[in-house]
Amino acid sequence: MSAQKYSLSGRPRPTGSRVDLYVWRAVRITSIALFVLALAHFSITHFVYEVGDQSAEWVRQTRWNSIPLRVLDWGMLMAVLVHGFLGMRTVMQDYVPSRIRQASLIGLYAIALLLFVLGTQVIATLPMR
Amino acid sequence: MTQGSSPLASPQKLRNYPSYRGGEGMVAWAFHRISGIGVWAFIVLHVVDIWLIGVNPALYDQLGNIYSSAPGRVMETLLGAALFYHALNGMRIVVMDFWPALTIYHRGLWRAVWVTFFIFGLPGAYIILKPIWEMAA
Repeated sequence: MSAQKYSLSGRPRPTGSRVDLYVWRAVRITSIALFVLALAHFSITHFVYEVGDQSAEWVRQTRWNSIPLRVLDWGMLMAVLVHGFLGMRTVMQDYVPSRIRQASLIGLYAIALLLFVLGTQVIATLPMR
Repeated sequence: MTQGSSPLASPQKLRNYPSYRGGEGMVAWAFHRISGIGVWAFIVLHVVDIWLIGVNPALYDQLGNIYSSAPGRVMETLLGAALFYHALNGMRIVVMDFWPALTIYHRGLWRAVWVTFFIFGLPGAYIILKPIWEMAA
């Protein structure tokens, strides 16, 4: 292997490709946002409220009965998509054989686009009360 | 060069798999990758199930019943563990990436990750799993 892929902390800051450097930065910046947003989301949905009480009607009337909360959740969705799918890009670059890597990455990005559309649609269009 | 794994095209070169070579760093990296893939898989499911609130709320409620069942709570506890470990170890990575001088403390930081994980994770797991015993009683 000609170049070091990982350090004691993680993947070293890329030096060869500008795209890889942007990906490296984006994964780390979104990780800081998600440390707060994702852990708060998990805590709210499991420790503040009971999982069994969170029906579709509850989400509509309580959790998403405010535009700021919807905007916050949409922001979390964006951070999750950037962090999760760029992270999976790294995993696939490491393990997927080169002959199918490009097609696999296109499939990965297509799933990310689909989730962006589905998530944005439900947050933007679900009626309040 | 951070592109993937041209050496992996040859299975006999498994030694070239990108990995650490032992120690806490290797285990931290493996756990980080496994937990990240697990959380990613749940996120795909979760965005789709939230989308169902708009198009098929009855089906969403049925899924909610699965999440709150005993097996669902065990799965959610594992999800929470994966998410919490990934988040804590991710902050360890960010700290060392942006302040490389702290890399000399990587073992201590990893131990701090586990101490924090168990201090907050065990009570959290108890809260999620408690209704299983209450349902059985």
